[in-house]
Amino acid sequence: MSTAVAILVDGLIYASWLFIIAAGLTIIYGVMRILNMAHGSLYALGAYAAASLAGAWLRGGHAPLGSYAMLALSALLVGVVMGPAIERGLLRYTYGRDEVVLVLVTYALFLILEDLVKLVWGVESYFVTEPYGLLGTVELGPLSYPVYSGVLVLAAIAVGVALRFGIYGTRYGKLLLAVIHDREVSSALGINVNRIYLVTFTLGTTLAAAGGALTAPTVSVVPGMGVEVIVLAFAVVVIGGLGSMPGAALGALTVGLVRSAAVHLFPQVELFSIYVVMALVLAFRPRGLFVAAEARKI
Amino acid sequence: MTRSRRTWLGLGAAAGVLALAAPVLPQWALFLIVISIAKGLAALGLLVLLRTGLVSFGQGLYFAAGAYAAGVAANQLGVADGALLALLGSLAAAATSAVVGLLLARYRAIFFAMLSLAFSMILYGLLVKSSLLGSTDGFNVAARTVFGLPVGSGPGRYGVYGLAVLLALGAALGLDRYLGSNLGRLAPAVRDNELRVEYMGASARNVVYLNLVLAGALAGAGGAVTALAVGHVDPEMAYWTTSGEFVFVAILSGTASVAAPFLGAILLELLRSFAYEHAPNTWQLVMGAAMLAVILFLPDGMWSVFRARRRAAP
Repeated sequence: MSTAVAILVDGLIYASWLFIIAAGLTIIYGVMRILNMAHGSLYALGAYAAASLAGAWLRGGHAPLGSYAMLALSALLVGVVMGPAIERGLLRYTYGRDEVVLVLVTYALFLILEDLVKLVWGVESYFVTEPYGLLGTVELGPLSYPVYSGVLVLAAIAVGVALRFGIYGTRYGKLLLAVIHDREVSSALGINVNRIYLVTFTLGTTLAAAGGALTAPTVSVVPGMGVEVIVLAFAVVVIGGLGSMPGAALGALTVGLVRSAAVHLFPQVELFSIYVVMALVLAFRPRGLFVAAEARKI
Repeated sequence: MTRSRRTWLGLGAAAGVLALAAPVLPQWALFLIVISIAKGLAALGLLVLLRTGLVSFGQGLYFAAGAYAAGVAANQLGVADGALLALLGSLAAAATSAVVGLLLARYRAIFFAMLSLAFSMILYGLLVKSSLLGSTDGFNVAARTVFGLPVGSGPGRYGVYGLAVLLALGAALGLDRYLGSNLGRLAPAVRDNELRVEYMGASARNVVYLNLVLAGALAGAGGAVTALAVGHVDPEMAYWTTSGEFVFVAILSGTASVAAPFLGAILLELLRSFAYEHAPNTWQLVMGAAMLAVILFLPDGMWSVFRARRRAAP
């Protein structure tokens, strides 16, 4: 019984973290048709920024609760600086190329960002564990969980609700939907597609960085931390269907639960259970769970 | 002189020079060439896939399958000869891709890239957790002879090097032949328009499947050669960053010539050696910038520089 509860709770926590990252990946793909391999590096950047900013805040002797604001600020900072820099500085020269070529472009970007992180922060690891323990723990039967994990789950729900409302409930969201549906016609109708791209990419980057910033207190921030995340986020969005927001939520839950079940029941299959699920889903639903099949072009 | 004649002469001459240069080259250069050839073989497989319009981010799967198969054959089955081990590695990788390919051949574009990545990560996860195969540490591999010559003395010292050069020559010539054949020419047709290929009566899926198996066999041979040269195999060979390196070489080289992947791989290894020595933390940065430059300015790869110049000449 307690194992089942542990699997569910661990799975939910893991899924929340994955959803925040995967939501950014899938919205970029949905609007811009770019499968961003550099997403993991942006996640790592968020974690580094959080470690530096929150670390500086705490060392400065300010109120410890303010470190949460620092986490949010670092995500925003990375998003607002790196998003436009990458979109305006590089990606806009590649629009109209094949989707696979764009994967390669972002792969090159991933290589560059990995080293930039090392050049700026060095190769030693960073720790900011204070925000993790600050809120205490909560007892769930025989198990105790840090309250911080609850914050993570709430953050993921907030991101999901905000995106849902932002896309379907606001004027800007409707413009976004129009661009997703048909880029050229939207452009002909007077929608500023370039600006939509810029905003979308910045939003996606911010979400990746937020995933990193929220993780920073729970792990040691080391070089290469984004490498693993990118393939996990891929698995999530591919399972759910590329570009689909409900798909990302379902994919994150699937991956989260499968992983935590594997960790608790069959630890030796933990690493590849996720990819087995991804391969299985693709074998039966070649475009993921939430995307309809497309007609073949002649 | 016809194009294929020129390719044969050029490749034969290059292999001859490499073979004759063996005694005068220092040990590190021999090793660098062998490793470049191993990576070049995997990139050559990617060239076939790129011509078919597919990018695989999972060639590490076959690379590792080949390396581990060679290792298991050497340690458990008592196969002593390097050439035989390379053959076995290649066959094992081909068999792997023949199974995985049944599913993979149905996918295109991004989904193909992602699914191939998923398969290589499954193998990585399996290898990391299998204590019989050494888990994360992998295990040591050594061939006692190459082509019957004992390794470590006399001409046998150049055994693995010679094997690599021969493999590269054979693979490049065979592939050049294949790509020029009717079957091989279907690959670009599939890339351009699959439906039209099927209207003409050819099966696009069979073409893709065959090319997948070919690419797997080549990557497996590369993996086996790496295992013999390094004397060690580890799960890192199946990790997606290894596959990414092959993609890098293939993009850098372009799909115009079967010799290009080997030159691209040598360039990569030279670049890496220098970067490791002088600026260890900028190595990937240089790689990424080079890749961006090639994608943005030379969409057909570095080889297209030679081609454009030749065409421009009167």
